[in-house]
Amino acid sequence: MEKLNILIVGVGGQGTLLSSRILGNVALKLNFDVKVSEVHGMSQRGGSVVTYVKFGKKVYSPIIEKGEADVILAFEKLEALRCIDCLGKDGKMIINEQQIDPMPVIIGKAKYPENIIETLKENNKIYSLDALKIARECGNIKAVNIVLIGVLAKLTGINKDIFVEAIREVVPAKFLEVNLKAFEEGYNYHN
Amino acid sequence: MKKLMLGNEAVARGAYEAGCTVASAYPGTPSTEITEAIAKQYDEIYSEWAPNEKVAMEVAIGASFGGARAICAMKHVGLNVAADPLFTVSYTGVNGGLVIMVADDPGMHSSQNEQDSRNYARASKVPMLEPSDSQECKEYVKKAFSISEQFDTPVIVRLSTRVAHSQSVVELNDKEDYKIKDYIKDAGKYVMMPAMARKRHVVVEKRMADLREYSDSSELNRVKMDSDDIGVITSGIAYQYVKEAMPNASVLKLGMVYPIPEKLIADFASKVKTLYVVEELEPFFEEQILKMGIKVIGKEKLPVIGELSSQIIAERLLGKAIIDASKQSVPVRPPVMCPGCPHRGMFYVLKKLKLNVSGDIGCYTLGALAPNESIDTCVCMGASIGVAHGMEKARGTEFGKKTVAILGDSTFIHSGITGLIDIVYNKGNSTVIILDNSITGMTGHQQNPTTGFTIKGEPTKQVDLELLCKAVGIDRVTVVDPFDIKEFEKVVKTETQIDEPSVIISQRPCALLKNVKYEGVQKINQDKCKRCRMCMKMGCPAIVDKGEHLEIDPALCVGCMLCTKVCGFGAIEKAGE
Repeated sequence: MEKLNILIVGVGGQGTLLSSRILGNVALKLNFDVKVSEVHGMSQRGGSVVTYVKFGKKVYSPIIEKGEADVILAFEKLEALRCIDCLGKDGKMIINEQQIDPMPVIIGKAKYPENIIETLKENNKIYSLDALKIARECGNIKAVNIVLIGVLAKLTGINKDIFVEAIREVVPAKFLEVNLKAFEEGYNYHN
Repeated sequence: MKKLMLGNEAVARGAYEAGCTVASAYPGTPSTEITEAIAKQYDEIYSEWAPNEKVAMEVAIGASFGGARAICAMKHVGLNVAADPLFTVSYTGVNGGLVIMVADDPGMHSSQNEQDSRNYARASKVPMLEPSDSQECKEYVKKAFSISEQFDTPVIVRLSTRVAHSQSVVELNDKEDYKIKDYIKDAGKYVMMPAMARKRHVVVEKRMADLREYSDSSELNRVKMDSDDIGVITSGIAYQYVKEAMPNASVLKLGMVYPIPEKLIADFASKVKTLYVVEELEPFFEEQILKMGIKVIGKEKLPVIGELSSQIIAERLLGKAIIDASKQSVPVRPPVMCPGCPHRGMFYVLKKLKLNVSGDIGCYTLGALAPNESIDTCVCMGASIGVAHGMEKARGTEFGKKTVAILGDSTFIHSGITGLIDIVYNKGNSTVIILDNSITGMTGHQQNPTTGFTIKGEPTKQVDLELLCKAVGIDRVTVVDPFDIKEFEKVVKTETQIDEPSVIISQRPCALLKNVKYEGVQKINQDKCKRCRMCMKMGCPAIVDKGEHLEIDPALCVGCMLCTKVCGFGAIEKAGE
């Protein structure tokens, strides 16, 4: 692997920022140059959130643009659809099947698109799962992000222990057990 | 040792390594983490949240006069607030090094305008540096301290969102052994009354000449020659986009963005056939270079609005086609007030009463969006009060009685209090609602003078908002819980009709605070629900319309029970395990 561009999309409050920190940490352990870009502020809760993790020999721009993502980690279906044009030609997308209605849908001014995952599967390599359910079964619905990182870890082929170590360094001790379990579940989900 | 650091964290590290010992700031995205990181990681540096950016800068100026290396941090609009001391500290110069951090927000990810702070460097005649990644953030801050002392000037270091809020690899160094300088009384240098200021202006002009010379030879400005065909002059994050879009171009990267190195630029220009200037926002370099008589291509091809990107550069300068996937239209997802947010109850009442609402800067600005659509105006920090007063003076008392100003506790302290004094002093009639949620919410939970804790979490005196309002001459101050909707409505109705100014303190803590515990997830009892959709009027993201029925998403609900209070049929109840 020479470089890896990971785009993380989701809804504010879902734990996307923590995920980008873990992945940045993984890159550092692999001795890559790495940039992680995040935009936060303005009580991003509930809004679309996009973060970028780029590793390689030398990384200049911190941003992943159209067609440049090797992997997209989508925490929510609609956000997966929104960013699909960033996915590169041989890119892979991991989708949490959760649906969170945005306010325009809630108030009836827009419609939540149907069959998102099926549509995306037509032209893209998609790995989808109900990460919320898995996280709940592991003991904390907030571990959705780590379930998805588990799936990603398997796809990248990077040594699993490096991910585990990165998680240990970033996640607070009292949540660690649940999160490591969530990581395992994600890692073993798609065979 | 190498570490992955946010640009802002690297700035904090740079201040630490430079032996800086005083830091003051008011939080503002994307600059907030600078001072947070200082408070959290470097006990050697005294740190504080100031009531606003002007005070923060004055504190840093005082620390510098006192002989210490000092730093203050703010976002671009914060520098407007602090512009008054900035222009004069340019005249006084410094004692200990003084660094002013300013974070611009091209693209307005979380700002009310898109201004280019480089103009402040030129206007105040203060040198400005601009890093392009976290490593440079650290190095440039250290460099800024030494330039500050070498040239007896404050130095501004400019960030942009993509530098402040991206993490990249930083090599850590040891802390410099900086000894605090002696405090020397020197009225001619530090007392800026006309006779002395006139002399200092001469000094400033001489200093500008010295800095121009310095800029020409400084290692902050780097040339990397490659192709003779294309040369690019750029700085900051734009440099990173250029390197990605035009890997073979020769590049003059400006680390010192004011004053610019004129000789270096002329020399670089003479070596390439086509010269581009790639800069975000204003044609700041471009205009100065054109004035030197050098032909450059810049804003005729590149936008003055929003952020740049490597694809924009490739498309506009190299004519490369951008992949334009025709995708189906996807519903937008604007940020919303959180489930359990105390502002929700207030907006519900304001909308119901059909009031004109003069708004302000904070999470509650989201009340301008559907379904609340309750805010009519939002200009800058603290503006809600003055704007409401102005509306009343323009349109008369009856209009005033249908108008309220709303602003947060931190915003009120920042610059709302002077507006309130204006209303009292000038016999206004406005009703001001202070949204006291016990924290500075929007920027991610910073303490402020109304919370009773310092930046370090240490208990301190707490501003008593009620007493404060009374002290400036407001006789009618009412504290009310916005989730007590009936009472809240009654109070708003009464206070807007009264023939004197009044303040309503809407008091309930931010739902995201750790100590806020609600009743637990609620659900809609489908047998009792009449589908009247009253609960939907709240604009709570946890209540979803499933077509046939309404539902509460258990992954989002926090159990604030506001919806149970508006349901006329008792259909919303605690969800079982």
